[in-house]
Amino acid sequence: MNFDYDSEQNDLREAVRGLLARAYSDSEQRRTVTKTDPGFDEKTWSRLAEMGLLGLPFAEEDGGMGAGPIEVAIVAEEIGRVLAPEPFIETVVLAGGLIAAVGTAEQKGELIGAISEGTTIAVFAHAEPGTRWTATAEGVTATQAGDGWTLTGVKEPVPSGARADVLVVSAAIDGGTGLFLVQGDAAGLTRTGYRTHDGTWAANVRLEGTPAVALGSGDRTAAIERALAEARIAYGHEAIGAMDTALRTTAEYLKTRKQFGVTLNKFQALTFRAADMYVSLELARSTALWASMVADAGGDVVAAADRARLQTSRAGRHIGKEAIQLHGGIGVTAEYSVGHYTSRLTAIDHLLGDGDWAADRLAATVADHETVDPLGAPYSS
Amino acid sequence: MRLQLSPELEAFREEMRTFFTTQVPQEIRDTVAAHRHPTKAQYVEAQQVLNAAGLAVPHWPVEWGGRDWTPLQRHIWREEMQLASVPEPLAFNASMIGPVIAAFGNQEQKERFLPKTANLDIWWCQGFSEPDAGSDLASLRTTAVRDGDDWVVNGQKTWTTLGQYADWIFCLVRTDPTAEKKQRGISMLVFPMDSPGVTLRPIELLDGGFEVNEVFFEDVRVPAENLIGEENRGWDYAKFLLGNERVGIARVGATKRLIAQAKEHAQAITSGGRPLAEDPRMAARIAELENELVALELTALRVVANSADGKPHPASSVLKLRGSELQQAATELVVDIAGPLSLASFAEDGSDVPDWARVATPSYLNYRKVSIYGGSNEVQRTIIAGSILGL
Repeated sequence: MNFDYDSEQNDLREAVRGLLARAYSDSEQRRTVTKTDPGFDEKTWSRLAEMGLLGLPFAEEDGGMGAGPIEVAIVAEEIGRVLAPEPFIETVVLAGGLIAAVGTAEQKGELIGAISEGTTIAVFAHAEPGTRWTATAEGVTATQAGDGWTLTGVKEPVPSGARADVLVVSAAIDGGTGLFLVQGDAAGLTRTGYRTHDGTWAANVRLEGTPAVALGSGDRTAAIERALAEARIAYGHEAIGAMDTALRTTAEYLKTRKQFGVTLNKFQALTFRAADMYVSLELARSTALWASMVADAGGDVVAAADRARLQTSRAGRHIGKEAIQLHGGIGVTAEYSVGHYTSRLTAIDHLLGDGDWAADRLAATVADHETVDPLGAPYSS
Repeated sequence: MRLQLSPELEAFREEMRTFFTTQVPQEIRDTVAAHRHPTKAQYVEAQQVLNAAGLAVPHWPVEWGGRDWTPLQRHIWREEMQLASVPEPLAFNASMIGPVIAAFGNQEQKERFLPKTANLDIWWCQGFSEPDAGSDLASLRTTAVRDGDDWVVNGQKTWTTLGQYADWIFCLVRTDPTAEKKQRGISMLVFPMDSPGVTLRPIELLDGGFEVNEVFFEDVRVPAENLIGEENRGWDYAKFLLGNERVGIARVGATKRLIAQAKEHAQAITSGGRPLAEDPRMAARIAELENELVALELTALRVVANSADGKPHPASSVLKLRGSELQQAATELVVDIAGPLSLASFAEDGSDVPDWARVATPSYLNYRKVSIYGGSNEVQRTIIAGSILGL
């Protein structure tokens, strides 16, 4: 049992950190990139592909790198550190993860290599207006049409939904929720993209008898639940990176900003709150690292993801809000970096389930165990 | 990164679990599990059972009974002990004065004190805090003045835990009142509690128990050979002592056991026509607390499994702070589950209120101490802000 990265993982982290530090050396660069469609930098996306990051979790025979959830987590944390807007988790963990999990050999052959090379951006179109954080689909329905299928309904908000070359769409079928591939230029597909508060881009995706190809077959709720869990863990790591920067930025500000003739770190009312932010961060970090180890070890990834979600949600809100408050008015401006971290943490918190949502899921299981042993069943396979 | 314990450590954990649940008398473990204060005889018996098996002072140097375990092994040892409701080896002996004498005492002191300290043949108490020296320990005023071959001690200590059972006291005293920094003029003396001039006054706590005491010194003569280490270096030894076993202070195993008990109690209380455990608010509260505890346990594991040589892991600073908060949250949970039954706190024979509900509030009130002793949580925040965040 240990929480230390090995030397290859440390090298990976340094390499990703270096690449992203060059791309987003200050928050102005990010502001410029996120202002216009598609909301991220295509050149940076290519560089991520060249470094092999977009194929990290996929099997080598499918065209991936054969790494695992720990390597994905390392990349996600570095993305969070600079708020890189590239849709890494959306493409690699969610859409790519689903294709790798349930796709036919042909579908994998066609898409995994292309995702890994950065030539195809795929995203998972799953959220529907009026429902929240479920693994099933209701508003979009699939109808069999000859050899293929057609989809009808609305998905929104779909992260990077307007830019994506391929959409992995969840849709109601007889007896559950199926998964389908929809090409970006498919007939009857209307996509309306927009900026979101955190600088990323999302879309309204309208399907009107849109031709689709089944990704695998039958009810895929379990696969969706698993992919969402893996994404929750990855977003947890992105949140850790963001919280780390938010805290560091705040501590630096307290040391330099002067009021009443002294620097702010002379005020215990402020330094104690910064100390509490550190406590929240480290507890969340431990939980996120653990959840990715559970995924790596083949344990119950859904349960581990709920635990990580709860802890990172509480920490993200605490640190995000305090980071702005300890800065004062500058923290609310778009011209200064720290508020963007709070904005992104808020977005992450609502993408795939917030803390209360995770707490409710965990509450349903408290009677199933006497005590929780994070190194034992069901987390360790 | 790896989740599983190695097969060797799994076996080690099993060995500890088996020992603690089969070799320590059940009656003693029941007392601890019921949140009753063990008697002196129970403390001594439990520690001697552990010591005979080499499990009382594994963190000491090997020649004095230590086991040369890794921090992770020590963590497992402590967790399993807490989960099994075994009274931990007396902290004043095992975690405080023992390691100090082993590190700074002379050979004669080591031979004289260490075996008896490990075996609880000597019961030590701690003479650190004073009425005007709590978190600001270095402002202590108890003096020791050299007179021939003796030191003559005058002053007062307070919060002396279980001093009523103690045979000896280790005491911080001011030996150089002229030292430029107040930390520099302090020495550590040890002497018997029955020395002439020592008087002890028990302090009743909110739980009705007598856990702490005031200790008064009036011209207590202490032989010069009872100075530990060097004169005026006592502050360094105190810091060493307080920095010892920072990890154990998270008390994850004990809190885990408390939450498990709370869940059982919540099954036995009916609220709104169903077991309280099935109330969604109660279930969510327990789920949150369990998750906070998982986060703390994982942080403790991160710290102890860290291979960095000797340097304390920065995250270790959150363990005392968060560990105390969660112990308190768990005792508060039990009071809330007991509800009106919690008022029967001092009931004796003739009450229908179960024992767990009677001790709930006294335990909760007693546990307010855990965020105060061993460096209050405000001291911990000062340390985090200063030494980690550089504020």
